[in-house]
Amino acid sequence: MRIPVSWLSEYAALPEDLSTAEIDAALVDAGLEVEAVHDLRAQVTGPLVVGRVASVEELTEFKKPIRHCHVDVGEDEPRSIICGARNFAEGDLVVVALPGAVLPGGFAIGSRKTYGRLSDGMICSARELGVSEDHEGIMVLPEGTVGADARPVVGLDDVVFELAITPDMGYCFSLRGVAREVAHRLGVAFDDPAGKAAEPAATEHQPYPLRVETDGCNRFTLREVRAVDAYAESPEWMARRLTQAGMRPLGLAVDVTNYLMLELGHPLHAFDRDKLEDVLVVRRAEQGEKLTTLDGAERALDPEDMVICDATGPLSLAGVMGGQSSEVDERTRNVLIEAAHWDQVAIARTSRRHRLSSEASKRYERGVDSALSLIAAQRAAELLVEYGGGTLVEEVADVDHRRPVAAIDLPVDLPAKTIGVDYDRDTVIAMLEAAGCAIESSTVDSGTVLTVTPATWRPDLTDPADLVEEVARLHGYAHIPSSIPRAIAGTGLTPQQRRRRRVARALADNGFIETYTFPFVSRERADELGLDEKDPQRDAVAVLNPLDDTAPLLRTTVLASLVGAVKTNLARGTRDLAVFEEGLVFQPAEGWTEFDLVDLPVSRRPGDEAISAAIRRLPVQPRHLAAILCGTAVPAGVEGPGRQVDWADAIEAAEIVAEAAGVELETAQGETAPWHPGRCAELRVEGEVVGHAGELHPEVCEALGLPRRTAAMELDLTAIPVPDLAPAPVISHYPATLIDVAVVVAEAVPAGEVEAALREGAGELLDGLRLFDVYRDAKLGEARKSLAFKMELRSVDRTLTNEEGVAIRDAAVAVAAERFGATIRE
Amino acid sequence: MSTDNDNQAGLVQPEALIRAVKEASTAIEAADGLDELAAAKSACLGDKAPVSLARRAIGSLPGNERGEAGRNVNAARQQITAVYEARKATLEAAEARRILREETVDVTARTPRRRTGARHPINVQMDRIADLFVAMGYEIGEGPEVELEWFNFDALNIHPDHPARTMMDTFHIADGDGELGSGMVLRTHTSTVQIHTMLTKEPPIYTVAPGRVYRTDELDATHSPVFHQTEGLVVDKGITMADLKGTLDHFAKSVFGPEAKTRLRPSYFPFTEPSAEVDVWFSAHKDGARWIEWGGCGMVNPRVLRACGIDPDVYSGFAFGMGVERALMLRHGITDLRDIIDGDVRFPAGLRVEE
Repeated sequence: MRIPVSWLSEYAALPEDLSTAEIDAALVDAGLEVEAVHDLRAQVTGPLVVGRVASVEELTEFKKPIRHCHVDVGEDEPRSIICGARNFAEGDLVVVALPGAVLPGGFAIGSRKTYGRLSDGMICSARELGVSEDHEGIMVLPEGTVGADARPVVGLDDVVFELAITPDMGYCFSLRGVAREVAHRLGVAFDDPAGKAAEPAATEHQPYPLRVETDGCNRFTLREVRAVDAYAESPEWMARRLTQAGMRPLGLAVDVTNYLMLELGHPLHAFDRDKLEDVLVVRRAEQGEKLTTLDGAERALDPEDMVICDATGPLSLAGVMGGQSSEVDERTRNVLIEAAHWDQVAIARTSRRHRLSSEASKRYERGVDSALSLIAAQRAAELLVEYGGGTLVEEVADVDHRRPVAAIDLPVDLPAKTIGVDYDRDTVIAMLEAAGCAIESSTVDSGTVLTVTPATWRPDLTDPADLVEEVARLHGYAHIPSSIPRAIAGTGLTPQQRRRRRVARALADNGFIETYTFPFVSRERADELGLDEKDPQRDAVAVLNPLDDTAPLLRTTVLASLVGAVKTNLARGTRDLAVFEEGLVFQPAEGWTEFDLVDLPVSRRPGDEAISAAIRRLPVQPRHLAAILCGTAVPAGVEGPGRQVDWADAIEAAEIVAEAAGVELETAQGETAPWHPGRCAELRVEGEVVGHAGELHPEVCEALGLPRRTAAMELDLTAIPVPDLAPAPVISHYPATLIDVAVVVAEAVPAGEVEAALREGAGELLDGLRLFDVYRDAKLGEARKSLAFKMELRSVDRTLTNEEGVAIRDAAVAVAAERFGATIRE
Repeated sequence: MSTDNDNQAGLVQPEALIRAVKEASTAIEAADGLDELAAAKSACLGDKAPVSLARRAIGSLPGNERGEAGRNVNAARQQITAVYEARKATLEAAEARRILREETVDVTARTPRRRTGARHPINVQMDRIADLFVAMGYEIGEGPEVELEWFNFDALNIHPDHPARTMMDTFHIADGDGELGSGMVLRTHTSTVQIHTMLTKEPPIYTVAPGRVYRTDELDATHSPVFHQTEGLVVDKGITMADLKGTLDHFAKSVFGPEAKTRLRPSYFPFTEPSAEVDVWFSAHKDGARWIEWGGCGMVNPRVLRACGIDPDVYSGFAFGMGVERALMLRHGITDLRDIIDGDVRFPAGLRVEE
């Protein structure tokens, strides 16, 4: 909503010396957010004066007709000025920018020779001055003093506030509403523009036959003006105000309805009476009906849409936009003015259904003052008669189905209790009256409850809490003191929350950089990741209205989106990367499309069963953590060529997570996309698979543009149990017995399983077991390998003898031999 | 051994011993290195050294002279040994210094052996906020990101026809046929967590919920379709808007420094009544101290309490929500939001935010 200060001051008695900043502050304090302040005084700098055209000489020797004028600008001699426009005559008052003036866009006016004559200034059009879009010739002024500053005459002496209006302040989509708020805030008089016309009474006969057949129409009024020039040019003051408010003048009838909408906040519609047939009917649309609205769009109407019809069918989409067939045009002589009041919700639905948000629908959705309908129609008719001639027809139609505004019981101490400011009774009443409310002090409850009837322009006030806000807002939020509620005994972060932090911190401390990516992925990503056709990770949640049509799915793995961050970094020349991201992934709940949509109430708490039934449709959203590494793990440098990352770095990343999470990670050979089938570890905790790590499949690297041998891991953090209370370790005070053992097994036997067998066979006295060498040699036999382990044996109550050590080693090897045919390598 | 007894007997004479000590000392002191010192030791204290020969000569002396001669010889030997030990210590120290000098490296000629890691500043910021409120007795709430419309809208007093429902540009989840009507959205605010919390906990409730939210804003320098909010919710007996103001003041100081204060401006949110926008006074703003928009807040609308089964006649509450990115940008003078979110590792690595 754009509010010119000159217009505002017509209804709010703004002090002469009020600064722009003070108005700004008043608006903000009232809850009207100032989005921009346009100071029109700064729009044209330098001399801009009113001039009178003294002489016009037509120059015809050029490609287009050019005028050489002499213009009296109040100096000794008229100025010589060249002008390309032709819409003026000798004696007309015009706006002249003199040399030294700078017009919008940095257009500097100078004195120069053009078309063989001196041009010592410029005669300006409205568009050149930035006061409107009108560039059909230069501005011809109705009045003015030659030589005087032209800014006040063309509206460039004004300041325009651009406001964002919150949905509860629909009445501030008008000068009337904003002026009321500003006047209260500044403590100055408010002159309600609704008082400019008296409400006429409905007459027995209507100006046009009318039937209202829908309950969504609360009020429908009609006035008629006959023999009017509905397409006349609007008076300059009205055109200027419309332009300042951001609307284009479009001819008198339309301008008048727009002007009153801005002034009063009540939308109006002008019909060309002679285009109507038979009777006006206000009803819901019928299935299959169509209407071409003023924006040129043909709209298929919905049976919920309210329309105004004649015998030919729908003429207008009620409360939203008029139709082309009954539009006022240059031939219109008889105008029917409609001022109606519509159901907020119905208009909101129609507006949304047709994706059509108009100036009218914006206001009706948020609530229009239904008391103004007939006043607005009366004012429109009067303005039409005043500026377009014609006569106002006496008949008045007023179909009034308004319901009385419901009163609200407000405990007089509720504002103080809610806000923490000791508003006394008088203050509460004064503030509510300032909001336009009528107040009765109930005699029951010994006057502790006020019966408050909100103003007709405040349909948003329905609950006691709304009235509390009015008291606090109008009294001023600045008066609210600062206190802190006494703390309750909290229990801090949950174990899961603490774990998330530890895990992220541990990875960061181990050289990984945390990042995050948008969870939106393309349908092709599953192919790029090499997922099998039946892979459940292909089953994804889809966004209906993605910003990027190529990425409509929500990720089912973090890796699916994290690769994007890797590619961004690679493209920017960072080649050595170790990144991780922790976040939600989205897996459609099994069979969710079959579950009913459960309608949960809002007037009371839904039952637990209803809630459970409703949320069954939600995707499963576990928290995953993924890491990707590429380039060097240890950079090349003075000590050597460095080391490239490999599959083991990815497993180690998972181990860092496991360690920080306080769980033991078990690894086993795995084979799953997107990993290299031979270089993938399945990660388990307490036997449950919680993720995978290893080298990415070469084809995946190729498809995603990642370097070969890129390593990655992904863990389902939600699946990793929070460890129970851990028993303390038993610390032996005796020295360890160290024994190396090398066993020969078939190539296919995983070292991890051999290690597990040795561990099992060695029993309780085994304190440590570590693989330290893998050796292959023809002498070992075809496709066999030697795995060398260091065993650390220890007892809590004695030093073990060598014999005991050897016995444990043999017992360990025996299990490996039984399981894998392992032989001890001498 | 071809010397005769007389000569040997002469070695035990005090003069001879003094001479032996003197000569040995000279020889030991002259040793310039541990090898030379070893040779000198052999010459001065070895089997053929005068003091060693003197010790053997004692046996050939008359019985009554042996005692004194023995003491003299031992004394001489001790003196030589002392000189030797001192010299040895000196030479060893010199040798140690030499080795250390030889081992000198250019400590500036080094390449890092480990990668530098970092947490993302947005997450660190959210953790810091969580810590502040945990210190005040709050708990940290969580909820899903794909959410039922009821949690995102209806329960928050945003009914299907409410204008606010169009104010928020919502990502809708497609139903099974790829159409509208799944009843699910990507949450547009962390206020959804309020509802989860109130449905599952009895008052008093003191909770904050940092998390990721979604709006259909095209990505540019100040907008992102994915961003983070911190939501706060308190429901207790006798909670007032002054409590909200005080809590926000405290919060502001922790994020924007000890000089920060807040200003409430009337505004509108369906789920709070009264509602306010929060401005914060930020003295360290890169363009000078000023008021900046920080977030929204208000007293929990009794309708919201009712939808969650909390009696608004007994309990009242406040709620607030702030953008995490915005605070980070203001605090650190970041001018382009995309730097925070495009995944470039140089951003987390380069912006160290205290944890």
